[in-house]
Amino acid sequence: MNTQRRNRLVAIVFLLGGTAITAALVLTALEENVNLFYPPERVVNGDAPTGVTIRAGGMVVCGSVAHDASGLGVSFVLTDYKGSDFMVRHVGILPDLFREGQGILVTGELDSERVFRASEVLAKHDENYMPPEMAGIGIEAEACDSPDSTDPAFAS
Amino acid sequence: MIVEIGHFAVVAALLVALALGVVGHVSAVNGTWRSLAATLASCQLLLLAFGFAVLVRAFFVSDFSVAYVAENSNSLLPWYYRVSATWGAHEGSFLLWTLIMAVWTWAVSLGCSRLPDEIFGRVLGTMGLLNFGFVLFLLATSSPFERLLPGVPAEGADLNPLLQDFGLIVHPPLLYTGYVGFAVAFSFAIAALVSGRLDAAWARWSRPWTNVAWAFLTVGIALGSWWAYYELGWGGWWFWDPVENASFMPWLAGTALLHSLAVTEKRGAFKSWTALLAIAAFSLSLLGAFIVRSGVLTSVHAFAVDPERGLFVLALLALAVGGALTVYALRAPTITSRARYGGFSRELLLLVNNAILVVALAFVLHGTLYPLAHEAITGGEKTSVGAPYFNRGFVPLMCVLACFLALAPVARWKRTPLAMLRNTGLMCAAALCLGLALPLVLGGTFKLGAAVAVALGLWIMFVHGADLWRRRDSTTRGYLGMALAHVGFAVSLIGIGATSEFSREVDARMAVGDSVSLNGVTYRFAALRRIEGPNYIAEQAEFVTDGGVHLYPEKRHYPVREQVMTEAGIAAGFVRDLYIALGSTLPDGSWGVRIQDKPMVRWIWLGALMMALGGVLAVTDPRYRRLNARARSRREPQNAGGLAAAGGARGYPSPAK
Repeated sequence: MNTQRRNRLVAIVFLLGGTAITAALVLTALEENVNLFYPPERVVNGDAPTGVTIRAGGMVVCGSVAHDASGLGVSFVLTDYKGSDFMVRHVGILPDLFREGQGILVTGELDSERVFRASEVLAKHDENYMPPEMAGIGIEAEACDSPDSTDPAFAS
Repeated sequence: MIVEIGHFAVVAALLVALALGVVGHVSAVNGTWRSLAATLASCQLLLLAFGFAVLVRAFFVSDFSVAYVAENSNSLLPWYYRVSATWGAHEGSFLLWTLIMAVWTWAVSLGCSRLPDEIFGRVLGTMGLLNFGFVLFLLATSSPFERLLPGVPAEGADLNPLLQDFGLIVHPPLLYTGYVGFAVAFSFAIAALVSGRLDAAWARWSRPWTNVAWAFLTVGIALGSWWAYYELGWGGWWFWDPVENASFMPWLAGTALLHSLAVTEKRGAFKSWTALLAIAAFSLSLLGAFIVRSGVLTSVHAFAVDPERGLFVLALLALAVGGALTVYALRAPTITSRARYGGFSRELLLLVNNAILVVALAFVLHGTLYPLAHEAITGGEKTSVGAPYFNRGFVPLMCVLACFLALAPVARWKRTPLAMLRNTGLMCAAALCLGLALPLVLGGTFKLGAAVAVALGLWIMFVHGADLWRRRDSTTRGYLGMALAHVGFAVSLIGIGATSEFSREVDARMAVGDSVSLNGVTYRFAALRRIEGPNYIAEQAEFVTDGGVHLYPEKRHYPVREQVMTEAGIAAGFVRDLYIALGSTLPDGSWGVRIQDKPMVRWIWLGALMMALGGVLAVTDPRYRRLNARARSRREPQNAGGLAAAGGARGYPSPAK
């Protein structure tokens, strides 16, 4: 076999090997790390699985944010304003943009009582305080009477 | 009035860019319009610089009759944020993009003045056509010069507080310089394909430009990572966010291109592959622009969603990529490569480098676009791809890449005597021992990731250090640049391994006077005070460690946008960062506090800076100047191979092995 053919063979082997490795990595990695998004309706009606990492979102119900007496536990209710409400439980720090009456995203698992155990609370949103995932389901942010319950430091 | 003149200057720049596109390609054929093309490149730069200066001035004097200024600035902003607010949103940042494109075009017209007509003309012409598309996009969908008349607001809506930071001043200009810089490599590839001169000389001409663009992109990405770390990431430095990936994919393609260009220049091989990579790097820059500016993907820092803009960028992307690939398809089959190389050679290592980088690129591209494809196929079902997906594929690939990188200095062109590998093997064994021992001793526990990262990083450093020592009397700047960049990669690798495996964090509920211990350090919440900034009020906490380090995290409240921002308190260090961020206040007046201990996190960015410096250092190698002057024929002995390859590519056979 001359050198050129051998080089070509090496190149082809690398190409095929690379493709195979990529395909294997992609498939195994995707299986575990793609998180489907569920709007409140599908969380409440049982479409959303329990014990699997999913994403959900909704509007934080005014006055529903309750901090534990000690520690960093907090719970709040997410809604779509159409009768689908579910409870979220999170231990940790809430993001700066978290507000009652606005849309947020949560990543985590539903437990057996269908309480959403959030490992991450995200407040990514656009100018209308709406996460892009929820922009299509026809709900709007509303102002709460007691603004800024997360930041009484600046309430005065 | 001045704003309208600025707007007019940009319209004029549009026509000049089109003229440059035509004149450039015509001058490639007739050769007489060459100086006209260079003049047009200068004109384009002057006009866009004027338009940009007008917009900066409008921000500086807070001219709220300009809609873009009113939406993104405020008279209370300090002057440096008013100026950098110019590129704080879509319209102004794209004007900056076109300006940087004009700067590159002008630089090419100066720096390549001695290149043959057909290359010079076609490069400038292609860049002119590209910038015509960009300026047209700017004027048609996103002009920053539109007025709010009548009804000028008394005050502006303010710059997003997230962007009121040193990061905004430097990150976008550097990043865009990198993105747009790949347009030069792209245009060189098009010029070489069209004129049929896809040879070693072409590789040598486009190499310095690619290096510089790549160095800018490297620094831009590193700055973005650092910014995210201290400003919005709560201590995270990379999130695999679509917008981060948008900048990282051209970087991966550009890195592959740098290495492939080396083979094409020195050995005349990989020619059509190199051209394809040059096209890919810039196409991915455009894809990045599409992802960021269309809002199709959920991201932390996307611009406001506008489908019209997205469509326009998509059309630009399709035209540029489609056109380039058509030229490629027509021309590439006529290119033959005569270079030969044996089993273990530098060519083979660089081929492996390219294969790994392209696989990594495909992996990142797939993960980034997967949610889009999924939504299209399922009819609107939203998904997101988590960071573990990317880490699962990317980390092993980079470890394999690091193994081959460690062999780089010992490999020779064509064939490497296996005896040369003996020392490398010894160094590998030494690095492996240290890699197992060091993280265990310094970190306290065994962590596989840290051990692998330290072993690979040290191996790379040992091999490059030994080779530098061996060549201490005869190094070239090109070689030094390579060594510096490779050691930079090793430094980043060690930093990533140590930070990922040994970072510790605790979320605590703390009131003034409370203490928390983390990783052997006790942090005391010493005081809380209210401070006033130019356009915000803040609660500033003071934390004192038992080692006497003071940290001052803040919670800032920006009244104009009713927005709250976290400013982390960081005690930065070469060995470790101590990092405190204030969460929210709780009903009883205590605070949620996140305390982090991040060992060696600075190494990540230090390594990136070394890579960029290495890229620039290689450009200062005198051989590029000699080439441009085309004068002296005296060359160092090491370059003999390059000469022969250049000759081989022009038609006569390469020296037989």
